[in-house]
Amino acid sequence: MVPLLLALAAAAIVIGVVVHVGHTLADELRPPRAPNGAGTDGIGAAAERRRFLRLIGISAVGAVPATILPVALRTHGDVAATAEEPARGPGGRVRQWTMIIDLRFCDGCQSQGTPPRCTTACIEGHLAPEPMEWIQVFEQELPGGGTQFIPTPCLQCQNPPCVNVCPVGATFSTPEGVVLIDQERCIGCRICMAACPYDRRFFNWSDPPVPPEALLADYSPDHQVPATRGTVMKCDMCPDLARAGTLPYCIQACPNDAIYYGDLEEDIATNGRSVVAVSKFLTDNQAYQLKEHLGTKPRVYYVAGHGQAVGRDPYTTGRLPTEWPWLRRVEGARVWNR
Amino acid sequence: MEPVTDYRRRLEEATVRPALGVSRGFWVLVAGLLTVIAWGLYAWTTQLHDGLIVTGMRDRIAWGLYISVFVFFIGISHAGTLISAILRVTKAGWRAPITRIAEFITVVALVCGASMIVVDMGRPDRLANVLIHGRWQSPILWDVLAISTYLTASLVYLYMPMIPDLAFFRDRLAGEVPRWRSRLYRMLALGWRGLPGQRTALLKAIGILMIVIIPVAVSVHTVVSWIFGMTLRVGWNSTIFGLLFVAGAIFSGIATLVIVMAVLRKLYHLEEYITEKHFVNLGYLLAAFTLIMMYINASEYLTTGFKLEEGEEFLFRQLFLGQFAGLYWFYFLGGLAIPGLLILVKRTRTIAGVVTAAVLVDLAMFVERYFIVISAQRVPLMPYVPFEYTPTWVEWSIFGAGLALFVLIIAVFVKVFPIMAVWEIVEEHEGTHAEEQRLASAEDRL
Repeated sequence: MVPLLLALAAAAIVIGVVVHVGHTLADELRPPRAPNGAGTDGIGAAAERRRFLRLIGISAVGAVPATILPVALRTHGDVAATAEEPARGPGGRVRQWTMIIDLRFCDGCQSQGTPPRCTTACIEGHLAPEPMEWIQVFEQELPGGGTQFIPTPCLQCQNPPCVNVCPVGATFSTPEGVVLIDQERCIGCRICMAACPYDRRFFNWSDPPVPPEALLADYSPDHQVPATRGTVMKCDMCPDLARAGTLPYCIQACPNDAIYYGDLEEDIATNGRSVVAVSKFLTDNQAYQLKEHLGTKPRVYYVAGHGQAVGRDPYTTGRLPTEWPWLRRVEGARVWNR
Repeated sequence: MEPVTDYRRRLEEATVRPALGVSRGFWVLVAGLLTVIAWGLYAWTTQLHDGLIVTGMRDRIAWGLYISVFVFFIGISHAGTLISAILRVTKAGWRAPITRIAEFITVVALVCGASMIVVDMGRPDRLANVLIHGRWQSPILWDVLAISTYLTASLVYLYMPMIPDLAFFRDRLAGEVPRWRSRLYRMLALGWRGLPGQRTALLKAIGILMIVIIPVAVSVHTVVSWIFGMTLRVGWNSTIFGLLFVAGAIFSGIATLVIVMAVLRKLYHLEEYITEKHFVNLGYLLAAFTLIMMYINASEYLTTGFKLEEGEEFLFRQLFLGQFAGLYWFYFLGGLAIPGLLILVKRTRTIAGVVTAAVLVDLAMFVERYFIVISAQRVPLMPYVPFEYTPTWVEWSIFGAGLALFVLIIAVFVKVFPIMAVWEIVEEHEGTHAEEQRLASAEDRL
């Protein structure tokens, strides 16, 4: 209804402008009226009044801004999408990807003596620019002292605040329930970063520091390589790998098999070593989501813990800082801090 | 009738005077402003070349000075609507000499504010995507719609009451100004001859537009606030934000109007038309708005501060005690309490007093926009050390250029267009005059 009205207004503007220009020209060309023609004054005044009203009317219609017309004229939404068909499970139902992170098994790679392996693998797999940790291992204090590690990817909200605010449909939810970003459409307004309550979005503040081979990749929102300046990036949950039957980089690299990836529709998930029934696993372990009270409905679940299953002492705090391994960077690239 | 004609002649001369000569001081001012703008453009080319990395913004405070300035400019654009529409609707006769200035501030502030958004974009080259792929569900599209509607509506609303004055310039300045200006006046005056029919049509059109423009103006700063209010951030996630922003917009709009009025009055000797009464009346409005702002602030901070949900305590500490405390208390004391007192105390209720209050209010409202935008983003969303944001020289330079652009457009405008609505002032004057005569004759009869 609104688009239709606006379209009508647009037509009125165009017609109005044409009429206006025509009349103005005609007036310019007409010889000046005799000043004291008896009787003509009344007619002249009436004509003048009509002409004037018309001009005013046109100006008032002009108050409907022409700038929004392209948007108004579109009848359906225009949101970016991946070119790929969604993955389907048994019975042809679209997979609903999910991730479960079992914090009982996460020691922040303290036992490995390395920076968190999930973060490193993600960076290497996606050629993610420094300082982006799409899956970031936060360290949080526990109620009775000591700390826990919380690997935090994008939580793939089903009520995603970022998607809701995007002005151009550059960030979008896929049928598989994953939130992706089309960096070829993103305008860099950063309202999605303002809207994300989990600090899971990253901006390319300049030409991103990535290795030269990144430029050889075929770009797709599914893997976001190569990164481009002035656009937003984040964890994409590796839907391309999942479709190919492989686990995301972070899960492949986890030395403690703390992260599960699966399909809610088929109710199955795996950490690469064992397979679990998602619903039973979540219930049995009283899984939770981050900031559940916000109503964002994340697709990433957590099982509470502080690495106890792999023998971590919660009072040994700290983890090694993440490193970006490229020796050589694309020319002209610059590094920034988060 | 004689005194009215006399009054009209003097008024016409006062209106024409700025449009005739261009003094050396004017060129100095223009040169100075152009220098500031050129410097800002240089800063912007740096940013276009290197990316937003040249700003102080980073992922965790991803909106900074640019967005604050945007909100501030869109705020002061409410000057025009308040004065010319609300006061026109309420038939406040004293408004006549200041409407033109107010309406012009509106248009210029909108232009300056909107340009800040383009500066803030990571990909200004993709600006057209907003039109090609725009989604109505996004608060940013609401802003695009509201601001462009308000801009076109205010342009029309600036223009329509100016038609008779443009016709006056066309007739009065013929032969005294360059040909392009004569032609401009003739074209814009739309053949106005002051015929009764033309008058009726004009008054009817203004009558419609002054009603229509009020909800448009209210919608503008409401949706600006919703850019923040539609997020889940502590400090932004508030239902009162629309009201807070609209009230603050009118508040800073009045203050800006007072300042511009004072400057033009001094420069172009408009003391006879823009009188102490105008300043005091606008001062009363300012004082009323200090109370409204305090009320909304109390509503906002008490309802969240009483409960102290997660993150609120951090926000309150940094706002009232921590690194934003200086800004906050300057806003509260310098921008609300002191201006209110300056106007309430009879001794300072003078032109100087009101102008001082207005300067304080504008500074404070800028500061308020800044700490609202920045402080909420500083609240950590996850266990990390809060990010410290400091604007860089690029951001300050572009901000300075924005202010200079604002002054420059106004300076050029007063040299080309009638700065006072002659016909409205005369009508107002005649009305009072007739009223006085009527009263006088009534007294005689008694």
